[in-house]
Amino acid sequence: MNYLDQLEQQSVYILREAFRHFERLCMLWSIGKDSTVLLWLARKAFFGHVPFPLVHIDTSYKLPEMIAYRDRLAMEYRLTMVVGQDEEAIRAGRTFPATQHLPDGHPDKLSRVDCCGILKRDTLKATLQGTRPRKRLNLDTGKYEPDADLLPYHGVIVGARADEEGSRSKERYFSPRDKNNAWDVGDQPPEFWNQFKTDFAPGTHVRIHPLLDWTEVNIWEYIKRENIPTVSLYYDQGTGTRYRSLGCGPCQAPIQSTARNVDEILVELRSGKLKDVAERSGRLQDGKHGLEELRREGYM
Amino acid sequence: MSTTATTAGADNQVAAVGGGADAAATGGSTAPGRTQMQIVVVGHVDHGKSTVVGRLLADTNSLPQGKLEAVRRECERTGKPFEYAFLLDALSDEQDQGITIDTARCFFKTASRDYIIIDAPGHIEFLKNMISGAARAEAAALIIDAKEGVRENSRRHGYILSMLGIRQVVVCVNKMDLVGHDEGHFNRIETEYRAFLQGIGAVSPKQFIPVSAISGDNLSIRSAKMDWYQGPTLLETLDGFAKAPGKSEASFRMPVQAVYKFTNAGDDRRIIAGRIEAGRVKVGDKVIFSPSNKSTTVKSIEGFNIAPRTEIDAGWSTGFTLSEEIYVTRGELMSHAGRAPQVSTRLRANVIWLGRRPFVQGRDYKLKLHTVATSVRIHKLLKVIDASEIDGQLGKDHVGRHDVADVVLETRNPVAFDLIGDSEATGRFVIVDGYDVAGGGIITAAESDEQDDLRAEARRRDFNWVKGAVSAAERAEQQGHRAALVMFVGKSGTGKHRYARALEKALFDQQRSVYMLDGSNVLLGVDQDLVWVDANQAELVRRFGEVAHLLLDAGLLVVSTTNAIGLGDFGAVQALIPHAPSLVIEVDPGGASTQSCDLRIRGTESEADVIAQIVDLLTKRQILAAAAPQNAR
Ligand SMILES: Nc1nc2c(ncn2[C@@H]2O[C@H](COP(=O)(O)OP(=O)(O)O)[C@@H](O)[C@H]2O)c(=O)[nH]1
Repeated sequence: MNYLDQLEQQSVYILREAFRHFERLCMLWSIGKDSTVLLWLARKAFFGHVPFPLVHIDTSYKLPEMIAYRDRLAMEYRLTMVVGQDEEAIRAGRTFPATQHLPDGHPDKLSRVDCCGILKRDTLKATLQGTRPRKRLNLDTGKYEPDADLLPYHGVIVGARADEEGSRSKERYFSPRDKNNAWDVGDQPPEFWNQFKTDFAPGTHVRIHPLLDWTEVNIWEYIKRENIPTVSLYYDQGTGTRYRSLGCGPCQAPIQSTARNVDEILVELRSGKLKDVAERSGRLQDGKHGLEELRREGYM
Repeated sequence: MSTTATTAGADNQVAAVGGGADAAATGGSTAPGRTQMQIVVVGHVDHGKSTVVGRLLADTNSLPQGKLEAVRRECERTGKPFEYAFLLDALSDEQDQGITIDTARCFFKTASRDYIIIDAPGHIEFLKNMISGAARAEAAALIIDAKEGVRENSRRHGYILSMLGIRQVVVCVNKMDLVGHDEGHFNRIETEYRAFLQGIGAVSPKQFIPVSAISGDNLSIRSAKMDWYQGPTLLETLDGFAKAPGKSEASFRMPVQAVYKFTNAGDDRRIIAGRIEAGRVKVGDKVIFSPSNKSTTVKSIEGFNIAPRTEIDAGWSTGFTLSEEIYVTRGELMSHAGRAPQVSTRLRANVIWLGRRPFVQGRDYKLKLHTVATSVRIHKLLKVIDASEIDGQLGKDHVGRHDVADVVLETRNPVAFDLIGDSEATGRFVIVDGYDVAGGGIITAAESDEQDDLRAEARRRDFNWVKGAVSAAERAEQQGHRAALVMFVGKSGTGKHRYARALEKALFDQQRSVYMLDGSNVLLGVDQDLVWVDANQAELVRRFGEVAHLLLDAGLLVVSTTNAIGLGDFGAVQALIPHAPSLVIEVDPGGASTQSCDLRIRGTESEADVIAQIVDLLTKRQILAAAAPQNAR
């Protein structure tokens, strides 16, 4: 059993525990490489099936390739695909791109971070709690329809990795949050011997992190080994650029790289030009505060 | 940098190829052929953990390019004396800015393998985090300040490492420069600390090393100042630690995590899923499940996007189909027949308590042991110890926060387990108080309970049972229900018999295969040889249980009352029928009973009402109607 096997098997164990303990369970799928690996691991855990909904927060600014890829996989894998969106804010133009023409200092002008707060964080919260209508993909017609289910989710599987954030000793595979999504870092329950936090007070919900022990390199190694389909945006298609992490079009700059496939990405990460560069450096809204939580939730 | 360095440890450094952030950037991706080991560094606060770690990173060239110089320059600029511990802070600042890599887990490499250092805070406030971190480690370095000597958390951490099952522990007696590099001083600390661990029943460390983390003496380079020490350096010791031997050669153990039947897309596999915690199993092997004693053979090994296989071993989260569709549930332990686990309601354990509220007698807690979750109480509190004191025995009647205790626990239902020395993953547990994990423990002995003999009889019987041509699943399919025992308990004259008869009739009218087993009839026939002698109550109960077992094996719903056998003996009957679900219906006119039961009635309810409630329970438990498909969770 090699190291990648060990990571995989632990993740599978965690996914099965999550499925066992949460009636109202969903998995966040950002379409990026991490949550796509997570989706693959779910198929491993449940022998080809994915027995819970996948939730995607669509800001309407996602690169079109991402949406096409999402729906193609959802149809192919027969996923319960649920999408949340703040249609209201998008229609009213309460976004970063739609307020760019306004002069600086104008009260309606929104920063990139403000925009993330509305289209991602708040929408995610409302979608998980069921306070905003969700849409669900009809696998017969390939069209999204209003989702009849409006109950909140109590268990949320996310693709956060320890190597992209704070101390691993403070994070848990099963991490309880209170009503306001707050995370009490200082006072977390102990977690050892694979016995996870599966009892919780009404009103709390639990974030489940099956990828906590994985690194960016592990993710690509696994994509290669399992031959997992990924969005073409990760690869140089002849322009000399590619995306290292995926987000919204207006806030995501590609990096200079000629890596055309997984092998070349791995070479770049292991020894080449990227080894000292942060993974999210192409994200224009990073380095600012206020988005940590979103990040931790695996949503950026 | 140390001027006392010799080259003894130099070959430890050569493999830190590329220097710079290489070790960190590729952290967790070990080159083919190289092994990886997770280690934890623990000890009393200020004894030098961060300095040791900073030094190891620096000496193995595992820091990002220029980091060491930058931190030195920064110290000069601000007039602070340089500390190796600052390296960790500097790394974690970078982390916060999202620039590099993983500081929560530092990586370094030696010639022989890659190491991941798990962050485990030393402060007592963070004991929960220390345990959460250390539990993942394969080896540990415990740091003791030579000048301060053995302190509370030196002791406590030593005990916890032992309890967590970390057998490869090295003790660094640090700051030897402050005690004149004195051999006698070092020896006294070693003697004192070994004696403490021995006294508390903890495993003794593999190696004690006198070190000076500040100058790197005996960490990666041999110290010239302590030539009286002939043993290995810290890096040599770590490199000498064996990877935990694979558990594949041990007795096969797989706790059932779930039984899946995902019916979409025409999938009709019924898969027993779980992680193999020890041993190996092959297609065609006869396997048993404890505590239900059910047995069958492995038909296939299932997986997604893997090559077909006929054998699988420890570490894999896998799934099996079985040649016979037996009804097993989460929490059962799958094994080979000749090497079955222990089964009991009582287990002796060493427990460490982390909860804010103390662990007390007379209260119910939840025990989580492999995939079992069941109600548990303290049966006997043998000893409460403060693991930070030399002679820490406390005369307490409860287990306080951070105390450890030697206890006998009693579970509501029998559970399958192993002793910690026989199989780690099935020999340890956590205890949940309210919503939180509040303690952990290792099982040191199986204690006998009143049902031991009967349980042993049932196991002997079941493991050798000659099966007929019709399986339990086939019977269930045809009848539309599984076998089960519905037992009415309560004082005499409360109407147990009346309800039991009404239930039999009602189930019969619903086309169920049901039989009323009246204990008096067993006395009249099976027990004839006993009733005229001075009747041996235990033997009467045993015979009743064996008769019930035969009827259940025939696939029947058996309805009975405790009239003839006496209330206290129902546990004995249950021990003889571990494979069949039983419902206990207590008739309690006073309404004051605290007995555990599945349904409590007053005896004034209408028969129809009681029957409806029981049918409801039987349906919920998937005894009625739900013959084959189980809850997929
Ligand atoms: N004299 C001396 N001081 C040391 C040595 N190792 C660590 N220290 C000092 O002990 C203090 C505590 O060390 P630190 O690594 O922060 O301890 P931690 O709390 O266990 O991480 C720091 O001021 C270190 O400089 C040593 O070998 N000799």
